[in-house]
Amino acid sequence: MLKKTPLNQTHREMNAKMVDFGGWDMPLHYGSQLEEHHKVRQDAGMFDVSHMLPIDIKGENTRDFLRRLVANNVDKLTIPGKALYTCMLTPQGGVIDDLIVYFLSESWFRIVVNAGTADKDVAWILKQRETLAPDLEITPRRDLAMVAVQGPNARTKVWQVIPESKAVTEALKLFQSATINHFFIARTGYTGEDGFEIILPAEEAPAFWKALHAAGVAPAGLGARDTLRLEAGMNLYGQDMDESTSPMESGLAWTVDLKSERDFIGKQALLDSKVSQQLVGLVLQDRGVLRSHQKVTAQHDGQEFEGEITSGGFSPTINQSIALARIASEISPDDEVNVLVRDKKLRVKVVKYPFVRNGNVLI
Amino acid sequence: MSIPTDLKYTKSHEWVKTEANGTVSVGITHHAQELLGDMVFIELPQVGDTFAQKQECAVAESVKAAADVYAPVSGEVVEINSPLVDNPENINQDAFGSWLFKLKPSNPSELDGLLDAAGYQEVLDSEDH
Repeated sequence: MLKKTPLNQTHREMNAKMVDFGGWDMPLHYGSQLEEHHKVRQDAGMFDVSHMLPIDIKGENTRDFLRRLVANNVDKLTIPGKALYTCMLTPQGGVIDDLIVYFLSESWFRIVVNAGTADKDVAWILKQRETLAPDLEITPRRDLAMVAVQGPNARTKVWQVIPESKAVTEALKLFQSATINHFFIARTGYTGEDGFEIILPAEEAPAFWKALHAAGVAPAGLGARDTLRLEAGMNLYGQDMDESTSPMESGLAWTVDLKSERDFIGKQALLDSKVSQQLVGLVLQDRGVLRSHQKVTAQHDGQEFEGEITSGGFSPTINQSIALARIASEISPDDEVNVLVRDKKLRVKVVKYPFVRNGNVLI
Repeated sequence: MSIPTDLKYTKSHEWVKTEANGTVSVGITHHAQELLGDMVFIELPQVGDTFAQKQECAVAESVKAAADVYAPVSGEVVEINSPLVDNPENINQDAFGSWLFKLKPSNPSELDGLLDAAGYQEVLDSEDH
């Protein structure tokens, strides 16, 4: 039996093509994945991300607990509403999940974790609580829905639908949030565009979704979500990183705080390890489409290196195929690189990602 | 969308049209393009290539996935639809009007073994369950 979000019926009413996504019955697209992609880049689109899980952590020692639990430093969170992107690591330095931590008050932090890892995450967090902070109250919030509204006109359209939210959210910077009535509104997202991620009571989600639609926000499915996030160079758990890779090998070194004295789970392993791989961007020069798991070969100083595409696909904005690939740290944009696609060696260019940000092609 | 009755079909979702000169045009069905979604890349065989029946001979890639296209009958490629390479979305718009390549069958009796529209409809119905 597939799990359903509070918007399941609404997706069906809007003729969504539904698919099994890690045990969730989710919309793949509502007609054309490409049109949805362009709508987000050029105007505004919305995604049902209620399969992701907000977890509330409450209690006096919450900040101390998070100092130990995640690799980024929650002491960067000084203003209520501020958010931080981070990874939760195994003692060996592998990535259990990537997540966003919201600081609401000293006794209340909210984290939002991925759908596919939610059960594993909750179990891990509860296990850590046993030894680190038995008094903390940890509550998975399946009673909440989540809608991401993304695109250059996303915020304006949200204000049309929730006029009272404008005053409190207009001044929000990236990675800040505010609460108004039943809406928890964060200026975050997964598309490389401006916009909000909004957490609200499950029962209010269908009416909110329909109101956004009436305001001209296009429903967008998992298909567009994936091409948008790939263009934005954002990592996908399970593809670009997992428990077998460290954040350093997954383009996430910037989210790891090794400077402070603070000890966190996985820190020692990261300090002891030698980083020999990196995540790079690839742009296909020949015709074709790059896909995950295709083999990358590269030459540097007369030596051969091999790597693998972790996420690949067609970029609707650039109209070429792009990919993220894990390969030896020696490889740089000047090296000659190929990808093996159905026994053919295709030429690719190594680039720094993101590929697209705020509607602009960066490569 | 109804399935054209003047074409023949394979279980792997190719359609086949017998032309007046005895060659056959080959494309992928409306159902196949619907499954794949927005088409972004087509790799066609070369004129002169020969294929056995059911051998992979072209690739259709959508934003979502890559799908092999199989030779519905054995034969030699006598023509390819080159403009389609630059406009793969034509397949989404009109799958039965967008042929990929034409084959000269080396064993025309293989055509008799292909599905008719009713037979192909049964294949689709069984895939739904």
